[in-house]
Amino acid sequence: MGAQTIFDLSQPGRGAGAQRPSPAAVDDLPAELRRDAAPRLPQVSELQALRHYTNLSRANFSIDSQFYPLGSCTMKYNPRGAHRAASEPGFLTRHPLAPASVSQGFLACLHDLQEILKNAAGMPAMSLTPMAGAQGEFAGVAMIRAWHDAQGDASRREILVPAGAHGTNPATAAMCGCTVREVAVRDHGDVDLDALKAAVGANTAGLMMTNPSTCGVFERRVTDIAAIVHDAGGLLYYDGANLNAILGKAKPGDMGFDVLHFNLHKTFATPHGGGGPGAGPVGATARLAPFLPGPIVERTDGGYQWAEPPQSIGRLSAFMGNAGILLRALAYALMLGTEGERRVGEFATLNANYLAARLKDAGFDLAWPQRRASHEFIITLAALARRHGVTAMDFAKRLLDFGVHAPTTYFPLMVPECLLIEPTETECKEELDAFVAAMERILAEARDDPETVRTAPHTMPVKRLDDVKAARELDLRWRPQ
Amino acid sequence: MPFIPHTAADTAAMLRAIGVADIEALFDEIPDRLRSTPSGTPRAGLSEMEMRRRFAERAAQDATGPCFVGAGCYDHHIPAAVWDLASRGEFMTAYTPYQAEASQGTLQVIYEFQTMLCELTGMDACNASVYEGGAGLAEAVLMAVRANRKAARAGWPRTVPMAGAVHPLYVQATRSIVCNQGIDVPMLPYGDDGRVDLTALDGLAAPPVALVVQQPNFFGVLEDVDAIADWAAERGTLLVACVNPLSLALLKPPSAWGSAGADIVCGDGQPLGVPMASGGPSFGFLCSRQALVRQLPGRIVGRTEDAHGEPGFTLTLQAREQHIRRAKATSNICTNQGLLVTAATIHMSLLGAAGLREVAAASCAKTRELIHALRRPRRFSAPCFHECVIDLGCPATPVVEALARDGVLGGLALGPYFAELAHCVLVCATERRTSAEIERFATALRGALSN
Amino acid sequence: MNELPGELAYAPTHEWARLDDDGRVVVGISDYAQEQLGDVVYVELPELDQDVAAAEESAVVESVKAASDIYAPVSGTVVALNDALADAPELVNEDPYGRGWFFAIEPSDPSQLEDLLDASAYSEHCESAAQDDGGDEDA
Repeated sequence: MGAQTIFDLSQPGRGAGAQRPSPAAVDDLPAELRRDAAPRLPQVSELQALRHYTNLSRANFSIDSQFYPLGSCTMKYNPRGAHRAASEPGFLTRHPLAPASVSQGFLACLHDLQEILKNAAGMPAMSLTPMAGAQGEFAGVAMIRAWHDAQGDASRREILVPAGAHGTNPATAAMCGCTVREVAVRDHGDVDLDALKAAVGANTAGLMMTNPSTCGVFERRVTDIAAIVHDAGGLLYYDGANLNAILGKAKPGDMGFDVLHFNLHKTFATPHGGGGPGAGPVGATARLAPFLPGPIVERTDGGYQWAEPPQSIGRLSAFMGNAGILLRALAYALMLGTEGERRVGEFATLNANYLAARLKDAGFDLAWPQRRASHEFIITLAALARRHGVTAMDFAKRLLDFGVHAPTTYFPLMVPECLLIEPTETECKEELDAFVAAMERILAEARDDPETVRTAPHTMPVKRLDDVKAARELDLRWRPQ
Repeated sequence: MPFIPHTAADTAAMLRAIGVADIEALFDEIPDRLRSTPSGTPRAGLSEMEMRRRFAERAAQDATGPCFVGAGCYDHHIPAAVWDLASRGEFMTAYTPYQAEASQGTLQVIYEFQTMLCELTGMDACNASVYEGGAGLAEAVLMAVRANRKAARAGWPRTVPMAGAVHPLYVQATRSIVCNQGIDVPMLPYGDDGRVDLTALDGLAAPPVALVVQQPNFFGVLEDVDAIADWAAERGTLLVACVNPLSLALLKPPSAWGSAGADIVCGDGQPLGVPMASGGPSFGFLCSRQALVRQLPGRIVGRTEDAHGEPGFTLTLQAREQHIRRAKATSNICTNQGLLVTAATIHMSLLGAAGLREVAAASCAKTRELIHALRRPRRFSAPCFHECVIDLGCPATPVVEALARDGVLGGLALGPYFAELAHCVLVCATERRTSAEIERFATALRGALSN
Repeated sequence: MNELPGELAYAPTHEWARLDDDGRVVVGISDYAQEQLGDVVYVELPELDQDVAAAEESAVVESVKAASDIYAPVSGTVVALNDALADAPELVNEDPYGRGWFFAIEPSDPSQLEDLLDASAYSEHCESAAQDDGGDEDA
């Protein structure tokens, strides 16, 4: 396909005639506010556009076409039924500012989802508005900050994160005007409690934590951690990135967390869309509930109504966040039922532990071999890299040639040359076995023919791309020759 | 078991390979007291058919007649091909394009999108999208405060005034997001013409770090953007332009406002092929001058070469982002609105510049037809685009409620947003509205006002 | 590790400083630092006439996979910038002690140079850092 862009196909005077409304004149727009030269958008026929974008789609790996064990991203099957349900004409054509009196169907759906998520979180209050995990994190930390302020304790501005936390955690804390302090993680992937005790104090606003952690293991002393932070006057934030591991099996509210976010595009199977949209609803305990972002949906005698929590941190988008994603998540949750939710955590964990056991037998090094895998696990290729000069990135690129999307690479940073592997519950045993076979093949290649691995991929639309050139010689938009 | 493929034999074989007796054993690191026990009434799972029936019933409840509300979300025609293509699994179920070689489709679409937005806005660079217009404005304000080094050195207060007719819900979202960094966002007054009155800024000890103006503004009124841009440029204030991208098919791009142009351009992309769908998901866009490109938050795609010298696309400038820069990142954003960007790119390819211009012009014309048919006075005197504030002469909220019961979404009552405009509604007619629908609205309004 | 220029002073954070005859202190990053970063793609320099304090963040150097803050080795005023880095950031990789310099400071207290490491002490510092990198728990 080379890199022929839609602009290269453009011919002056061509267009998609069926898409043009009947001409109308507007003669009252002031001349000085009109543009003089038309923007250079493509001029192509409808078929040309259709073919161009169909062919581009085929240059993508996706869940629908490949196994996609991208750690921490929960690339599970996105049910088409949920997509169709959210695409009901009445939902697609609803204006966001339509009065509640003519929006009862939509509001009922949001209310149902609030209830389902409260139950999954083990928390009594839920706001659906955050549009992504990062915005959910923002809401949570802003709520923690607002809560301290409401207690007259505005000096609490330090957020603790375990080493190896997702980059969004410190970035979120900074966006909320807080400073960040890292807490060490000990051998076997648990937070160092002594380091935590030394870190908490009068400036502690709270701790942000993922559990199972970014090390792919369940934090066994989470209730001790909660006690240490609470005793110091801080609050605990649960990052829902890895909730798929424990859905239906354990609840963050029971672990001592005060506020959490869900990633509906992970745990509740909404499509990732090539990078978004997501949705990051925020749940809270009773004491933090008044600070939730609005709007939320309340059920009253007169029907469903929009409501703003009394001490809300405010609105995070113009309307109701990514409403269409919320509808898809509800559709998925309805199809699962309570029993189905529990099976998600169980089979996600079964698949990950099975893959970990098979890869260990095949000669790969698990980062924490003495621990149970959660829904994901880490292998380190450090020894391999030393022996054969083949890196985790080379391995990842070579996997593409076997029709498998690469796992997450080089995260968490504390494990050298690592791959973070998350198979999800929707993959069958044959798919997992094929992955193990591909890994074994590449391991053999790394010994016998490392150059093939180092120069991978070989079967993609492009060879390995030059990231350095991309960053040094910025070319961020097409220009006419 | 919905979506779980394991047979009993599979599960047994896998447990054997792991070396445990049952699945429960895999959770043995979770302390017993944290294990959930079933609580409340269990919900039985629904079949797809049952679930679809429930959704269909609820969606049908909300079906309304013709929509004359705009206010940041517009009922434009979307070519059938747009969502047929965007819903292809290869676009819809891919992740962020971390593995560039296996994501050339998504990456090239974003590169084409960045180009199209740069063409519409006249700016040098564009990111791969942010969540939506309101949150996008917040990112633009944060970016302007970061980027205005002159203001930081001179110790100007961290104040970013907004023109009085910036979308009030965008203002609310922006304030929630930027207040934590000590940034003050005061509102400037608007005049009887519906335009911002900059004289309120006269006499300040230091100029503002940045200034936000929306074009067309929330009232549908066209601001005197040349004068505003010159005012900002003369003072070293960065100008943030919040624009409707469809309007730019007709209107002067922000790069050409005044003698210097805007510094940062943001807005919501919903008019470019995204259904109203309760306002989301949509997408926000963020464009800037070349000099500010490293202050852009979010993903950015660049063209480069592969190992054989062939062209290809990849994420670039990643050292700005949270996964590398952590607490010093430009933003915590990582998700963009990739699928909506895909739809918008296809939409713009199908419409082209001429098509977008015709849609914008037809919408302006329909709105003029509507104002004429409603026979109520305009509240503001300056020229408007495809939205307009009209004065009903009585409290507007009950009228709008009555119209909705009558099957017409007859505009947005402004009282909840501007107390002084409690008698006013903001109305919009896109190219989709027929003369018969406009007549129906006019008749219903006469009925509602006579009650 | 390559031979370290003996005439330079080094910070533990991997900057080098050179006192020139005109009294200015020229600042760059060490060969070890550029190697750890990989291909440098961008350098964000301070502004001319900006006052900087010793150990204060004064510049940022970016590779594709990392971004590092550059700390001023001494206090003073920035009096010169290496504008060539804008178009050729690879100079930092190719010639870290020469054409890859970052900026120059008019020092307010030249004696601060004495607080920095000499070549042999810095060399030891790098070797122990490299050993730490080999462990599994280097967080």
